[in-house]
Amino acid sequence: MAENETLNFHFDVDGNDFTSAGEASVKVKKLMRQLGFSPELTRRVSIAMYEGEINMVIHANGGTADVYVDEDCLRVVLADEGPGIADVETAMQEGYSTAPDNIRALGFGAGMGLPNMKNYSDEMSIDSVVGKGTTIELKFKVS
Amino acid sequence: MELSQVAEILEAKVLTGSEHLDKEAHSACGSDMMSDVLAFVKDQGILLTGLVNSQVIRTTLMMDMGCVVFVRGKTPTEEMIELAENIGTVLMTTQLTMYESCGRLYLAGLGR
Ligand SMILES: Nc1ncnc2c1ncn2[C@@H]1O[C@H](COP(=O)(O)OP(=O)(O)OP(=O)(O)O)[C@@H](O)[C@H]1O
Ligand SMILES: [Mg+2]
Repeated sequence: MAENETLNFHFDVDGNDFTSAGEASVKVKKLMRQLGFSPELTRRVSIAMYEGEINMVIHANGGTADVYVDEDCLRVVLADEGPGIADVETAMQEGYSTAPDNIRALGFGAGMGLPNMKNYSDEMSIDSVVGKGTTIELKFKVS
Repeated sequence: MELSQVAEILEAKVLTGSEHLDKEAHSACGSDMMSDVLAFVKDQGILLTGLVNSQVIRTTLMMDMGCVVFVRGKTPTEEMIELAENIGTVLMTTQLTMYESCGRLYLAGLGR
């Protein structure tokens, strides 16, 4: 691999299977350990990506996850063609959730995912269009 | 506290990961809400839960928690046990309730 080349890992996230949700994040956690990233950064990336992956499964019928590894930055891009988020600012508030009871019975739907993703990343941007889908980019500095 | 001691105090059956029972945990967390675990857990090494699905195992992996105790005699599926085995998470099941499980561990000094 050339020195400044970006590593890209691509994952399809199945929206029809709650049981397998999070598989991509498990793989990324393993990859980061193998690539020698610090446990602290590995934990932050994996938690944030897992929240995003779960969101795509429970709110958007699946999507894709891409992880880009540069020398000084790790980026996670989660893209779906779900219903979109009408009011991103409201969705970002702790405790805001539209998850139905059956999702809550599975252990999710506290309205903590998006704020958590923001907390654990260094930069987060949400691009969402109602009826078209949502793309979330998370950036992590690699020191 | 060693995980083997946790198993003893909770009269728990170890379902997988018995080779990791000599690992230490300094605190624990009891919750059925994985959202909360992901948002609020800091360095608790053990999750006590009454929730049974694969996300329990993945959530604890993301949080670097090495042990899950299923309370009230709940038993994980084969698929969950296999997933835990793959990632090296210890799984136990106890007949005790969540309340009593947490109480016993707390009294024994875990997380105090
Ligand atoms: N990918 C997405 N597509 C459409 N809507 C989304 C998406 N991600 C989040 N949302 C909306 O934003 C709300 C807040 O998301 P957030 O992840 O914070 O909470 P939650 O998923 O409902 O619960 P938790 O993450 O605590 O399990 C969701 O309830 C949903 O309405
Ligand atoms: Mg969420």
